Amino acid sequence: MKERYPDVTIETVCRLLIPPIQLFGLYVIAHGHYSPGGGFQGGCILGASFIMMFIAYDIGEVKRRMREKLNTILCATGVLIYAGIGILCLVLGANYLDYGILHQILPAYPAKARALGTFGIEIGVGITVMSVMISIFLNIGTAGEHEGEPE
Amino acid sequence: MTTQSPALLIIVPLISAILCLLLGLIRRGLCYPFVVAVLGVSVILSFDVMGTVLNDGVIRYRLGGWDPPWGIEYMIDHLNAFIAIIIASISFVVAIFSRKSIEHELAKGKIIYFYTIYLLLFTGLMGIVVTGDVFNIYVFLEIASLAGYALIAIGRDRAVLASFEYVVLGTVGACFYLLGVGYLYSVTGSLNIMDLTLRLPELYHSKVILIAFAFFMVGLALKIALFPLHVWLPDAYTYAPSTVSAMVAATMTKVGAYVMMRIMFTLFEPYFSIKLLPVTTILGWVAAAAMIFGCIQALAQTDFKRVLCYILIAEVGYIVLGISVGNRAGFTGAVLHILNDAVMMACLFMIAGAIYYKTGMRHIYEFAHLHKKMPVTVTCLVIAAISVVGVPPTCGFFSKWYLVLGAIDARQWFFAFLLLASSLMVAIVFFKMMQTIFFAPAGESAHAHIDEPHKEHKHSRDEAPASMMIPIFIMVAGILLLGIFSGQIVSTVIQFTVPKGF
Repeated sequence: MKERYPDVTIETVCRLLIPPIQLFGLYVIAHGHYSPGGGFQGGCILGASFIMMFIAYDIGEVKRRMREKLNTILCATGVLIYAGIGILCLVLGANYLDYGILHQILPAYPAKARALGTFGIEIGVGITVMSVMISIFLNIGTAGEHEGEPE
Repeated sequence: MTTQSPALLIIVPLISAILCLLLGLIRRGLCYPFVVAVLGVSVILSFDVMGTVLNDGVIRYRLGGWDPPWGIEYMIDHLNAFIAIIIASISFVVAIFSRKSIEHELAKGKIIYFYTIYLLLFTGLMGIVVTGDVFNIYVFLEIASLAGYALIAIGRDRAVLASFEYVVLGTVGACFYLLGVGYLYSVTGSLNIMDLTLRLPELYHSKVILIAFAFFMVGLALKIALFPLHVWLPDAYTYAPSTVSAMVAATMTKVGAYVMMRIMFTLFEPYFSIKLLPVTTILGWVAAAAMIFGCIQALAQTDFKRVLCYILIAEVGYIVLGISVGNRAGFTGAVLHILNDAVMMACLFMIAGAIYYKTGMRHIYEFAHLHKKMPVTVTCLVIAAISVVGVPPTCGFFSKWYLVLGAIDARQWFFAFLLLASSLMVAIVFFKMMQTIFFAPAGESAHAHIDEPHKEHKHSRDEAPASMMIPIFIMVAGILLLGIFSGQIVSTVIQFTVPKGF
């Protein structure tokens, strides 16, 4: 790996920008079912914030904040949230992903439960998209060599 | 639970793929039993779905409770349920086979990812089969293809390059399919297959529909490796790990053929595909060329898996020929051949895997006197080979019988002749192989340079482990039983799959 040249300007700007970017990502996820946006878009923004960190600092810094195993687990968790909500609908007696039925376990009337169900799905999608973006960047950016490092 | 089976067919492998990844992070050894168990459940579910279809007719499942033209609908009739059983059973048996083979051929760290992607591939294939929505078919087609690219790229040697070729051509195929869907959507405003069948007939003379149909056909021909568009297949399937070859060779092309049947005879009426356009004529000649070309190429190869790949191309030709003659017998033959070919190809590729595992040999000329070392494997190979050739007690004969009947009914004497000629050429391919195995002169064997004491050792019996032999036995039993019971299969299931208007 090449020597890293710290740059005060870039690092400071990134330190300032990354929290608002991540906040915006969360906002896009949370507003997915009311306005343009959603899990995929929000997840991309969250992923982009980490990619920015890759570029401004280096891989070690990002791996310190988001360990690779954790990233893999998050990737799986997002899909599990998605599929789990679908299964929950199945268990409660409706068709797969028919969130209306969730009013039986949520303190909300069916239409509200449907919105909340969609929100749950968006969260799952967001988590997965974020971690997949990070892992794609890790693998392509380092030609898969980061895996060779001892744990 | 039965009413939810169509959704569970997809959800169970999808969730399990993710759980498999998490399980693998805890303990690598847990993946294999977990995957086998999940695929076992999928086999049971697919039979359950088939039972429902046989008793109550077509299943229409609304995903998320939304009504069909807007929501995604899963529509399962006899054809879907039949293909679903094939896919689930083959995946299950190949998964049992995978254990030793994968440990032998892959790096340790990749095993978890292998099983995860294997389940995703299964999810994609199952999704294509059960869904009743043309765009949803595209989505699952991409899931299955992406998983397939990854699985092939895991292999050694030139696997990555072969996989890349497959990525390029497979993506072109998928894009063509998507363009077809886009054209249909632009004139009808619908993506649901049943809804489209109601809206399309009045548009049959529209140029947009013709172009959409052409895109569908070319895209799918790329996906199933129909003759002039087959170039990606031999490399991709030869360099993939043995387990992957067995899985994708037995299922991917078959699912593509299923989608072709759906598009030609459910989405569009047989009247459109047969009478209005000369599609079936073109497909018939292309398929005939594929049968002959595949066999000629198979004769010229020395790598065992590559021989099988070219035979697979010829087999795809058989299936498409059955579709294109456009009558009852031909279509029955095509559907039956999907089943038989899946079983035969899985069996042959697993045998290739077992031989490679035990001896490290890939080329036929190295196989001399293999029957002294691996007599049981060679027996299985012989049975599978006579089935591919089409000798009566085995299943391969019956589907070819229907195909020839179909060609004769359609008064396509030349196609009937080509079917028989290509069977003869397959026979030559396998006789050549048998000659090397049984009758090669001792001096000419590739291992002749090995010292005498070693030679003694070389001929002692040494079969592949049970986890590899049992799946091969299951497939060989399948080849024999499917042959004996093919009459029952046709009368209980396949006769209902023949589209109306034939």
